[in-house]
Amino acid sequence: MSDPRAQILGKIREIRGRGALSASNRHMLDTRLADHPRNVVPARADGPQAELIVQFMDYLGKAGATVLRVPKRSDVPAAVAEYLRDNNLPGRVRTTSDPEIDSLPWSDQEMLERTEGRAEKSDDVSVTSAVAGIAETGTLLLTSGKHTPTSLNFLPETHIVVLSAQTVVGSYEDAIDKVRKQGQLPRTLNFITGPSRTADVELTMEMGAHGPRQLHVILVDN
Amino acid sequence: MDATAKSFKDQAKDGLENATLQDALGKLGFGFPLLRQMAADGLPEFDALRDQGRDIKNHVLEHLDYYLERFEEQVTGHGGQVHWCPTDGDARDAILKICQEARAKTVTKGKSMVTEEIAINAHLEAHGIKAIETDLGEYIIQLRNEPPSHIVGPAIHLNKEQIAGTFRSHHKELDPDRSLEEVPALVREAREVLRQKYIDADVGITGANFLVAETGSSIIVTNEGNGDLSQSLPRIHIVVASIEKVVPTLEDACTFLRLLARSATGQEFSAYTTFSTGPKRPDDPDGPEQYHVILLDNGRSDLLGTEFQDVLRCIRCGACMNHCPVYTSVGGHAYGSVYPGPIGSVLTPALAGIDQSHHLPNASTFCGKCEEVCPMRIPLPKMMRYWRERAFDQGQDPVAARWALAFWATAARWPALYHFGANVMTRLLHFMGKREGHLVRLPFAGGWTRHRDFPTPERATFQSQWRKRL
Amino acid sequence: MTSSDDLPPGDAAPAEKRANVALFVTCLVDLFRPSIGFATVKLLEEAGLRVSVPQGQTCCGQPAYNSGDRKNAMAIAKQTITALEPFDYVVAPSGSCAAMISAHYPDLMRADIQWSKRARAVAMKTFEITQFLVDVLKVEKVDARFEEDVVYHDSCSGLRELKIKSQPRKLLSSVDGLHFKELMDEEGCCGFGGTFCVKYSDVSNKIVDRKTQAIEASGAETLIAGDLGCLMNMAGKLSRAGSSVRVRHVAEVLAGMTDGPAIGEPQPDE
Repeated sequence: MSDPRAQILGKIREIRGRGALSASNRHMLDTRLADHPRNVVPARADGPQAELIVQFMDYLGKAGATVLRVPKRSDVPAAVAEYLRDNNLPGRVRTTSDPEIDSLPWSDQEMLERTEGRAEKSDDVSVTSAVAGIAETGTLLLTSGKHTPTSLNFLPETHIVVLSAQTVVGSYEDAIDKVRKQGQLPRTLNFITGPSRTADVELTMEMGAHGPRQLHVILVDN
Repeated sequence: MDATAKSFKDQAKDGLENATLQDALGKLGFGFPLLRQMAADGLPEFDALRDQGRDIKNHVLEHLDYYLERFEEQVTGHGGQVHWCPTDGDARDAILKICQEARAKTVTKGKSMVTEEIAINAHLEAHGIKAIETDLGEYIIQLRNEPPSHIVGPAIHLNKEQIAGTFRSHHKELDPDRSLEEVPALVREAREVLRQKYIDADVGITGANFLVAETGSSIIVTNEGNGDLSQSLPRIHIVVASIEKVVPTLEDACTFLRLLARSATGQEFSAYTTFSTGPKRPDDPDGPEQYHVILLDNGRSDLLGTEFQDVLRCIRCGACMNHCPVYTSVGGHAYGSVYPGPIGSVLTPALAGIDQSHHLPNASTFCGKCEEVCPMRIPLPKMMRYWRERAFDQGQDPVAARWALAFWATAARWPALYHFGANVMTRLLHFMGKREGHLVRLPFAGGWTRHRDFPTPERATFQSQWRKRL
Repeated sequence: MTSSDDLPPGDAAPAEKRANVALFVTCLVDLFRPSIGFATVKLLEEAGLRVSVPQGQTCCGQPAYNSGDRKNAMAIAKQTITALEPFDYVVAPSGSCAAMISAHYPDLMRADIQWSKRARAVAMKTFEITQFLVDVLKVEKVDARFEEDVVYHDSCSGLRELKIKSQPRKLLSSVDGLHFKELMDEEGCCGFGGTFCVKYSDVSNKIVDRKTQAIEASGAETLIAGDLGCLMNMAGKLSRAGSSVRVRHVAEVLAGMTDGPAIGEPQPDE
């Protein structure tokens, strides 16, 4: 019993009064994993898309994020530039390089300097895409990948997320289904609900603990 | 684990006399229950989720070997590595070995109770590796060399002046004339100081709120984002998790996630919930090159199949302590153990031995509030009673209390004698205190009369009066 | 007292058909405040029941049970079960003792098939007084007068183990002249906890202090609750703090037996 793995597993089996599981039992459990059935999903995660979008924006706001709804994708770079101006931020953004972001008409904004790639300490503002918006609690789902480094979601002080309204879903499970459909699970799934915060000093809520102080979502209708 | 749970009474007294702590506990005991209630009321399915969460955990505990094996398969399949650790010492060794092989100089840490349990920081320090806590509360208490006083808010026992003092004495490189009066300034300073640490660290250590057997993922839930920086910037990510953290599927994880934040802080969802699966993919521009999971048993499997098994359902939300009249009176340090409050009173005897911690399960009024709010419906009072039985069987309780109990129990088993003796005592006490209506002092009842008067009994026992009525 | 239901047979029924109720008086009421016992008897008799006080009862065994002394707890439980099983119902003026019998005896006896069966049978017919009046006898109101502003404290065992919340309030609101005040954290523990209050006296003091401050702040003249342990704890603290708030058991108020001194008040010679 010197193998620690055998030691732990052996002890569990001994307490359960059995060896490894019987084939039929194992099959039952394998099936449960393969089917990964849903449990109770709150009713609020179900509804017409238009209502889910409103609910998503509402919860996102309650979580301390700001949301701007724009009619079309080509409005995004201007909206980013305007947000930076309004908040006295430098005209420099670090962005993901996925088509969702890359294909936006950035060159329309001459004053805006854009670079792509993972975040560095000196980056103040990031602009990223998201896989889904989740209406249940106003949560964004972002995944890591070749064009979407995770550090952009945490290192800069301001995080701007560009999200297409049609990607708003009801529940966490709905969002996870989208990821499952893409094949192998990415290294990182980030469910983000508002900016970084802490209440560790005198239970006083303070934004911008380690992650972004501002989370701004630009929701694109079409 | 430190064995100071023995001096609970002294530590409780310190807590009761600490005005800063009392202020904090007042806020905590009022605010958190209110926020939790609002969150629970706002979700009609809350209780159904609790039932389902409990059932899923029970299912996992019944088939724990299966789910751990499946979890390992998936971690390995994604290029990660699982380290099975029967004891805390095994876990320390495994972590140290990974750090040494990577020639690590510094480690940043996300908030993790289990790493407190295995006391990894001191072990790494002893081998020349600097471990830096990055959760603001944990960072503060690490600088002060104190244990956490709450599993969610480790530094709630401190006020901002104390924290400012700590920062001034540790952040010597900063301008000594800077202003640190207000909370935002403190938060900003910690942010700036820690930022470079994440970037410089060789290894990031996090805990896990859940492990997912289906995918081999580890899940962390935070509000600050420090755990994410710790697990995505350094070259190596080590997850430390105890064996009961495994859940079957991503869908099952969703059920627990809906309960966790609402129970802990009353939030709809914490700011950051992150699923990590294996090391970075070959094309990924960032993320760790190595992904290790330390699977810690440390006495948990001993609880399987016993009357204490249900405690393994715990998801560490802290609701039991936020609602506990004892915790909110004495604070977390009184418990002298890593896990304070009702959950600690059940878990600590299991981890440290009841002989080291018999006060903890005894120091409860059995009010039942903890069980009422526990998202996993853990019958905490019942399990505290089971520990009391073990402590009693081992003779852990004070001799005087034992004798008093034995005397009383013997009397109670002889009704005629009991009724006679009771009436004598009642008449005596009545005579002593009828004029005032209460007794200010009473022999053998100093515990009562030190703080309150003792209401005088009526003239004779009910039984004796009833017999006369018949 | 009026009852909307005819179960069990009330006043009109012939004596032999009346339900036999055992009063489990509880050791604290027996020792310290028999008037609560008599008030309970009065409420039960007015509801048309025949009340007995089995002599074989002493205490429900909680002090042993909660101290981890299972052996003595079981011995006392067996004695109590034997004393109570001949009756149709068992009623106690305490949520804590009623819960001990109805919620904990079966668990305590679980290892012994014979005794566990007997424990379950007694458990099924054991009730706290307000619970019995409202849930079993379907009593809607009482005939009593108490012209005071009151707060009601929910004792933990009754509240969480027996779900006693609405019953005492329903009956109390039918008492003439009684007016409810709002009590902050009315479901919060008073810090009594049986032997806890002497074993961990300083902690208990902190908890009861918080409680009595809330009671003071409510502006109530009288504090009412259903468990004498909690009442003595809070009365003792209020008295030590020099408060003028009086303290009474719910049964006394419902039975209209509030002429005598409240808990902890001077008792004139009889």
